[in-house]
Amino acid sequence: MAEYKTKDILFQPIFNNNPIALQILGICSALAVTTQVSTALTMAIALTTVTAFSSLFISILRNQIPNSIRMIVQVVIIASLVILVDQFLRAFSYELSRQLSVFIGLIITNCIVMGRAEAFAMSNPPVPAFIDGVGNGLGYSLILVILGIVRELFGSGSLLGYQVLPVISAGGWYQPNGIFLLPPSAFFLIGLIIWGLRAWKPQQVEQDQFSIAPNSRTSDLY
Amino acid sequence: MAFDKDSIGGTLAAALVLCIVCGVVVSTAAVALRPQQEANRILDRQSNVLRAAGRYSPEIDIAAEFEKIEHRFVDLRTGEEVEMPADYDQQGAASDPEQSTLLTQSEDIARVRRVPHVGEVYLARDEQGELESIILPVHGYGLWSTMYGFLSLEADANTIAGLVFYEHGETPGLGGEIDNPRWRQLWQGKQLLNDEGEVAIQVVKGSVDERAPGAETRVDGLSGATLTSVGVSNMVRFWVGENGFGPFLERLRESSSAALDQGVR
Repeated sequence: MAEYKTKDILFQPIFNNNPIALQILGICSALAVTTQVSTALTMAIALTTVTAFSSLFISILRNQIPNSIRMIVQVVIIASLVILVDQFLRAFSYELSRQLSVFIGLIITNCIVMGRAEAFAMSNPPVPAFIDGVGNGLGYSLILVILGIVRELFGSGSLLGYQVLPVISAGGWYQPNGIFLLPPSAFFLIGLIIWGLRAWKPQQVEQDQFSIAPNSRTSDLY
Repeated sequence: MAFDKDSIGGTLAAALVLCIVCGVVVSTAAVALRPQQEANRILDRQSNVLRAAGRYSPEIDIAAEFEKIEHRFVDLRTGEEVEMPADYDQQGAASDPEQSTLLTQSEDIARVRRVPHVGEVYLARDEQGELESIILPVHGYGLWSTMYGFLSLEADANTIAGLVFYEHGETPGLGGEIDNPRWRQLWQGKQLLNDEGEVAIQVVKGSVDERAPGAETRVDGLSGATLTSVGVSNMVRFWVGENGFGPFLERLRESSSAALDQGVR
C-alpha cells in the first residue's frame, strides 16, 4: 500500500487531479445546479460531506465488506448519507432544497463518490480516506463555484442574489446573457477551464489514443 | 468461529446488518425532522398566499401576517361555504374518488382530471374588515408540468389582483417566465368576465391592443412559450369557471357588499 502525505491527499484533487477537469466525472450536476452561486455552494457542500463520510464509513468497514457485494454495500452507504443530507436540507433550508430538487438525490449516482469509494476508501485506512473524500469534494466545489459565479454574474447580473450589474428590466444598463442560464454554457465554461488548466499544467494533457493519419492531399502524398 | 466475510453466510449477514443499520439511521432522521419540514412547507404556502394577495415583502413575519387572512372552505358544486377541519388537504381530496368528481375530457381544459367537492379559499381583509381580496389555489398543465399557483381577485370577484406560481417545471427562460414579475404584472386589473357575464379572460398570442374592445379580458402571451401560455390561460379559465370556483364567485358577485359580509362572517 502506497504511503500518502496528508497534504497531498487533500490538495492533489484540487488542481492536479481534479474530479471534473481531469477525470471528467460529475458533469451532470455541474451543469444543472450552477445557474446561481447559492445552489452551487449548497450542492458543493452536500457533495463534499457525502464523499467524505461515505469514504470514512466504507474505509472503516473495508475489511468486513464481502467482495461479491462490495458495490452494493457502497451504494447503500452512499444512499443513506444522501438521504440524510436531503432530509436536513428540507428541514433547515427549504428554499434551497426546492431549487436543488432531484439533484441532491442524484448525488447517489455521482461518479465522484463511487469512484473515491472504490479507488481509495476500499484500500486505505479511515483517516486518509476521509481526507481524500474532502479533497475530492473540494476539487468538485472549486469548479462548481467558478461556474456558479460566472453564470450568475453574466446570466442574471447578480452574485449570491445581490444585484451587481443593474439589469435593463430593472432600470439598469446590463442586458443579461440568457445562454449562461442554460446548461450548454456550463459545458463551454468547463471546456475553457480544462483548457486553461492543461495549458498551466501540461502534464495533464492526455496522450492521443490514435495518431491522426497524415493529411491525404495529393500534394503531400508524393 | 472467525467471521469469514466472503462465505455465503458472511455475505448475507453483512448485507442484513448493513441494511438494518442504514434503515434505522435514515428512518430516525426522517421522523425526527418531519415537524420542521412540515412547518417549512406550511410557511412556504402561506408566503405564497401573501404574495398573491400583494401583501408579501421579505421583512414581514409571515405567520403573523397570515393570521389576518381567513382560511375558508367552499363546496365547489354549489358555491356554498362549508365547515371543514383546518388541515383539510384539497390536493389529497382531489385524488380520492369519494371526495372528488371526475371531469369529462371537454370539461377538463386545465387537465386536472379530478376536481374536489370542497375547495379552499383565502380571504384577505383590510384594516376596517372590508374584503380586500379573494385568493384561490389553482393548478393546471403547462407544457411539461403541472403548474401550481394562487390567483387573487379583488373584492368584486371579477378583477384580477395577482397571479403567482409556486411550483412548476416549465422551460427556464421561456415558459419559466410565468414567474417574471413583469409578466405577472400584466394580469393585474384584468377582468374575468365580459359584458355578458361569461368567462372571457384569456392569454392571447402576441400583445394585446389596449384600445380594442375586450382588451380588459386579454393578457399578452409569452413569446416562445405558446403552450405554457395556453396552459395558464386554460388554468385560469377552468378555476374561475363553472367546474372550479365559478359558483362561489357568482355568489359573491350577486350578494351586495353588506350581505357578503354577513354571509361570509
